[in-house]
Amino acid sequence: MFTNRLNRKPKTPSEAKTAGDSSPVVFMENLSFSYDGPPVLEDVSLAISKGDFVSIVGPNGGGKSTLLKLVLGLIYPGQGTVRVFGLPPALARNRIGYVPQHAHLDLQFPVSVMDVVLMGRLGHRRTFGPYRSSDKDQAEAVLRELGLDRDYAHRHFSALSGGQRQRVLIARALVSDPDLLLLDEPTANLDVVSEHELYELLRLLNRRLSIVLVSHDLSFVSKYVHYVVYVKRTVRMRSASTLTHEAAHEILESEHRSVHHNPRYPGKGTP
Amino acid sequence: MEFLSDLQEHAFLQYALLTGLLASIACGMVGTYVVARRISYLAGAIAHCVLGGMGAVRYLQVVYQWQALKPLHGALFAALLAALIIGLVSLRAKEREDTVIGALWAVGMAVGIIFISRTPGYGQDLMSYLFGSILMVTPEDIWLIAGLDALIVGLVLLFYNQFLAVCFDEEFSRLRGLRVEFYYLLLLGITALTVVLLLTVVGIVMVIALLPLPVAVASRFSKTLWQMMALSALFSALFTTAGLALSYSPDLPAGATIIVLAGAVYLLVTIGFFFSRRLRPPQPALAKKQ
Repeated sequence: MFTNRLNRKPKTPSEAKTAGDSSPVVFMENLSFSYDGPPVLEDVSLAISKGDFVSIVGPNGGGKSTLLKLVLGLIYPGQGTVRVFGLPPALARNRIGYVPQHAHLDLQFPVSVMDVVLMGRLGHRRTFGPYRSSDKDQAEAVLRELGLDRDYAHRHFSALSGGQRQRVLIARALVSDPDLLLLDEPTANLDVVSEHELYELLRLLNRRLSIVLVSHDLSFVSKYVHYVVYVKRTVRMRSASTLTHEAAHEILESEHRSVHHNPRYPGKGTP
Repeated sequence: MEFLSDLQEHAFLQYALLTGLLASIACGMVGTYVVARRISYLAGAIAHCVLGGMGAVRYLQVVYQWQALKPLHGALFAALLAALIIGLVSLRAKEREDTVIGALWAVGMAVGIIFISRTPGYGQDLMSYLFGSILMVTPEDIWLIAGLDALIVGLVLLFYNQFLAVCFDEEFSRLRGLRVEFYYLLLLGITALTVVLLLTVVGIVMVIALLPLPVAVASRFSKTLWQMMALSALFSALFTTAGLALSYSPDLPAGATIIVLAGAVYLLVTIGFFFSRRLRPPQPALAKKQ
């Protein structure tokens, strides 16, 4: 066992945390949820394992965001169970790195790139006072890993391009050293080149952590992810490589219908 | 010039100047949060509720001889209570927030007006509460103001990162384990204390302008929150001092002069930026857009 350890790559803290942890990363069983009305999600069962790269797809209003919020523990299921790393979601939050839609943030807000990334260290420290130098070192290291060198650290967050802003938010999620990365529509408002770069980055990150993202366009994402979770009140999980032609077609059809009204995604979703 | 020579002779002018400078520190720091988090409306409601507290204390003072209480104490109590109620309303009653806060704004004021109308004497009190009475500040007031200032600065320094995170991205902060509601209420509490400081300078009605105007000017020149805070405090000190000095010789109301000055500077800076942007050559970034 000792030699076994020595033969391995240097252990990262995230590996240390998950060692001997056989619970699925995300586990849902017979889960239903509604916001004072008809069910948004009904009888959902799924399991996402360690190291998976999963995309949640589905029409607008189909329950993608609700599913994400359940995993984050921001809302609780009416029926059924949800577990993250074998724990109720709210207790597993320190192992989750969350990347919200950057379009929802106030760009007038006076923050530098460093300010934003350091927010990710808030759960890791005492509850008041300044950040420690170790927090700053960690933040700089993550920014470097994501291809944003020292020049960027003190730039205004709003002075960045959409793709760079998305990287900063990913850095903020990574700086707490999570085991699961959750991204909500990371490619919204990005051009094709930035979108491609982002997926390449996620593929690299997937070597050390599990990734779940919400995405609008299936055709692009299925080249990168292992599984596709299709959400439209009910949930179906399919392996991306064995995604049958009919299933893809069906998904794309409903995608097409849902994005048709959305001027932000012109043309996407058509095969 | 008359202001400068009289400043050395008259204690009341020195107190006024000191009050303005002390209030400016809190104004710059808290005003920055108020602008960044877009809660000027809540600050306005807190300010107007203060009239209820001041009116009630003035009534008790005159009618029941409660000499130990000062209107400023009533203001403090009313401001904190209003901040708590308004904070809870804005957290819980999302869809009816503006209605409820608008109602609180007016009801707080109405309570104050009723108390003042039942208080024997002249209506002078009402005017000084509404429009400020910086020239009437006493040494005791200065101590209270300095104490509040120290409390505000201390809290802002202690929780700077938490307030920044909660104001910028509430959802993410919650996921990082911050007690978002607590920090939001604390921020409104600090805003309430700042409102009490500022109302000695410019009065209840004009607090809503003195809080954001220096920040609006400072935001043109700053990238980060703390730069904005420092610059706002500086501009605020500039406006209160210059307003006080300008109003002195022609015997203009000091609070109103400060506000007009702040508004004029904001207007000039905005116009200046507008023209400097128009004169600049077109941005190459626009041509690259697909």
